[in-house]
Amino acid sequence: MTVHWSQSLYRLLKQQSIRQVAIVPDAGHAALIRLCENDPELKLVRLTTEEEGVALAVGAWLGGQKSLLLMQSSGVGNCINMLSMLSTCQVPLPMWITMRGDWAEFNPWQVPMGRATPAVLEAMGTLVTRADREEDIAPLAEGVLRIAYNTLRPAALLLGQRLLGAKTFED
Amino acid sequence: MAETNREGNTLDRREVVKALLAVRGELLVVAGLGAPAWDATEAGDHALTFPLWGGMGGAAMIGLGLALAQPQRPVLVLTGDGELLMGLGSLATIGVSQPKNLSVVVLDNERYGETGMQATHTAYGVDLAAAATACRFAAATIVRTDDEVSALRGAMHAMQGPLFAQVKVAPDKLKLTLPPRDGAHLKNRFREALLGDHAHFQH
Repeated sequence: MTVHWSQSLYRLLKQQSIRQVAIVPDAGHAALIRLCENDPELKLVRLTTEEEGVALAVGAWLGGQKSLLLMQSSGVGNCINMLSMLSTCQVPLPMWITMRGDWAEFNPWQVPMGRATPAVLEAMGTLVTRADREEDIAPLAEGVLRIAYNTLRPAALLLGQRLLGAKTFED
Repeated sequence: MAETNREGNTLDRREVVKALLAVRGELLVVAGLGAPAWDATEAGDHALTFPLWGGMGGAAMIGLGLALAQPQRPVLVLTGDGELLMGLGSLATIGVSQPKNLSVVVLDNERYGETGMQATHTAYGVDLAAAATACRFAAATIVRTDDEVSALRGAMHAMQGPLFAQVKVAPDKLKLTLPPRDGAHLKNRFREALLGDHAHFQH
């Protein structure tokens, strides 16, 4: 199931001419990251912290390339101040974010940032949409790519934890 | 722990930046917030210089995004020690990406200039060039003389990077030479100068 929608997301980012994909390793995005890794047309940039991906997007856009940021909701908090640049400079950035601290969460320490994720993104000027059903993922992900690049602003798709399966540490 | 504040940090930051930007060629420049942005503006406001007024810790990563998008052009990130320290992990990210056309030049006055000249970690002996070497930069040097500045200018255009230089400059408080502050304007003029009409038709 995961493989299926990851392939749809990969096709979408190719159709929209994304050239730089910034990532922090993530179980939910693992299949998509592998697809990007094997594509010589894409620059996969491995970050040490998510805010680096926001700054990378500014540079990519200055240089005429589209980028995409893949992260967990926990990483959104790391991005807050850096997101100021996107609204101030009108730089587009789509973000596809897998949720933690959400449906059936196992780890109590993940809950505060997960709960705060949409509010934090919106407070920093990001358009936020959320998918909880598999059939919604591709159309909403496409909408996020289009609105980010057509209207020159940050836009995020939150992928609900129920789509990904809750982490249990028992697998 | 005592500040080391070594002897011999006598280079004038404005003269260093003027020397580095004297012959720009194909150079694209990102100037970190605070003094490096004022220094770059003092050397001559330029459409292909993107001066930052915020995003502290992000200058090197903006440089990486630009360097990956424009692999045929040399890209210079001109920033301060305090700004780089806030995004030190970006050295590791650049080390993994290995962009040959990227140079990160830190104007190291061992001070936070905009907040009252408080000591940064480099004043206590933290060695940024050694950190860059450990992060797999192709070359990383500490620059203390005019001759070394001249050599650095040549190296920035050689596309043999990623290159890192920690330029030890005097902790002088200089007049502010401010660039335009409208971020959308700075972005648009940079993209127009680099990409031509395509800048406004990319979507």
